[in-house]
Amino acid sequence: MRRLIIVIFLLALFTVGCDRIASDNAVIIAGSTSIEPFADKWAEVYMEKHPDAIINVQGGGSSAGVQAAESGVADVGTCSRELKPEEKVLNEIIVAYDGLAVILHPSNSISDLTSEQVKQIFAGRIRNWKDLGLKDKIITVVTREEGSGTRGAFQELVMKDTRIFKGAIVQDSNGTVREIVANDPNAVGYISLGLVNEAVKAVSLDGVAVTDENIISKKYDLMRPFLFVTKNAPAGEVKNFIDFVLSDEGQGLIREEGLIPVS
Amino acid sequence: MTQLERNEKLIQITLAIIAFSAISFLLLITFFIFFEGTPVIIKYGIKNFLFGLDWYPTEKSFGILPMIIGSIEVTVGALVIGIPLSLACSITLTEFSSKRLRQILKPVIELLAGIPSVVYGFIGVVILVPFIRDNFGGPGLSVLAASIILGIMILPTIISISIDSLLAVPKSYREGSIALGATKWQTVVMVIFPAARSGIITSIILGMGRAIGETMAVIMIAGNAINIPRSILDPVRTLTSNIALEVGYSTGEHRQALFATGIILFIIIMVLNSVANVISSKGKR
Repeated sequence: MRRLIIVIFLLALFTVGCDRIASDNAVIIAGSTSIEPFADKWAEVYMEKHPDAIINVQGGGSSAGVQAAESGVADVGTCSRELKPEEKVLNEIIVAYDGLAVILHPSNSISDLTSEQVKQIFAGRIRNWKDLGLKDKIITVVTREEGSGTRGAFQELVMKDTRIFKGAIVQDSNGTVREIVANDPNAVGYISLGLVNEAVKAVSLDGVAVTDENIISKKYDLMRPFLFVTKNAPAGEVKNFIDFVLSDEGQGLIREEGLIPVS
Repeated sequence: MTQLERNEKLIQITLAIIAFSAISFLLLITFFIFFEGTPVIIKYGIKNFLFGLDWYPTEKSFGILPMIIGSIEVTVGALVIGIPLSLACSITLTEFSSKRLRQILKPVIELLAGIPSVVYGFIGVVILVPFIRDNFGGPGLSVLAASIILGIMILPTIISISIDSLLAVPKSYREGSIALGATKWQTVVMVIFPAARSGIITSIILGMGRAIGETMAVIMIAGNAINIPRSILDPVRTLTSNIALEVGYSTGEHRQALFATGIILFIIIMVLNSVANVISSKGKR
């Protein structure tokens, strides 16, 4: 009996090993956790159409994605912020745009903030809702962790050179930020537009509502590109996949999920 | 050499290799943490690292004092909640209840140790955090929430070791004390408790190690702000959650600084475990 178990175990190990060898020709996509669900969707549909193609999507974060593309660990790195100057040596393809929404608890009566107000709130200079004309309650500021692409984009677009203040609650995903804001009447946070749902309220910024039209027409400022980065010009399976992503069908897929297509 | 002797030798060598490889893994991990972490401490200065108030790794500012204080606060909070509960429980189970009850309850309590920490964290988020927010104010994600959950999480460790050490006190101590006219409670406080002291202290230190090392539950309920909390209702970040939160996205010196955070944590836990070892070996003598 015991011998049988060992044999089965070894067989299992062996098959796992084989799987790895067989996936040698797989396209590996790694990086931003914001892009990951959409890349998954693209990969799923692409693989349905091309049964012999294997697209392997992994997370890790924007910076890790860029690094993976640079070192060749991944065929395509994904990045949900603008590339830094030193990263510009890589080949970048914009595959979608994403809006960043500033969100409040649905019970909050505020529905419009200026970008200056948002900045002051996240800098910790406006600490109380009474400064914004509501009742005397401390604002619960929710942000993302250092290194996150969403935070990077928010820093760049809203905060500029001002630091997000240290008393802000830090969460490590869009989902947990939304969860906290959905449950705390005094909370404010920011998440990817595609993930806004009825549990939270997205405020309009400087009077511009967060809608697809306003983002496409660039009226709404808080927008970031979703990038695919490759070390060299894409070729073969990688190129086919990227072509699919940029095709009407590929772009249609992400529109359903709440992202803004490139064209 | 006979066949038998040769086999014996072979088994001996194999066992030695396996035993050594287990230890060498530990050494390797230790070496790796220090190898990755020390450069950034040296570069920015140990003083700035340990006593710096600003943690903005993308701006090359690495100060972990808020996290060190956060870890200490949360751990002390957990002990304040955990120690009275667990000592009361272990004294009740050893001195004031039937053997049968103890035989049923002790395994149940030890079973609590098997609940994954993410479940504790989840209960904290769903029940405790809204409760604190609604009744005491603040965001709810706070030192208080983390202390309460950690206090519960360390109960099994403290209770189970305390029960063992209370039971290890010779029966003659109890009989002697009662024969001298002491009440049962006096016997517990003046005779049994002091006799079991080293085991109980060891159990508390091990519980403390558990509280400092806990990560998942704390990330979920502590709020993770990089501020030194001014009240127990403020959010807080511990050393462990700092590493787990940011490691996914970190690169370069940011990653090294996280390893350096690991070094500090490593040293704290090493010291705690050594203290526990010294105390428990003293008790045995």
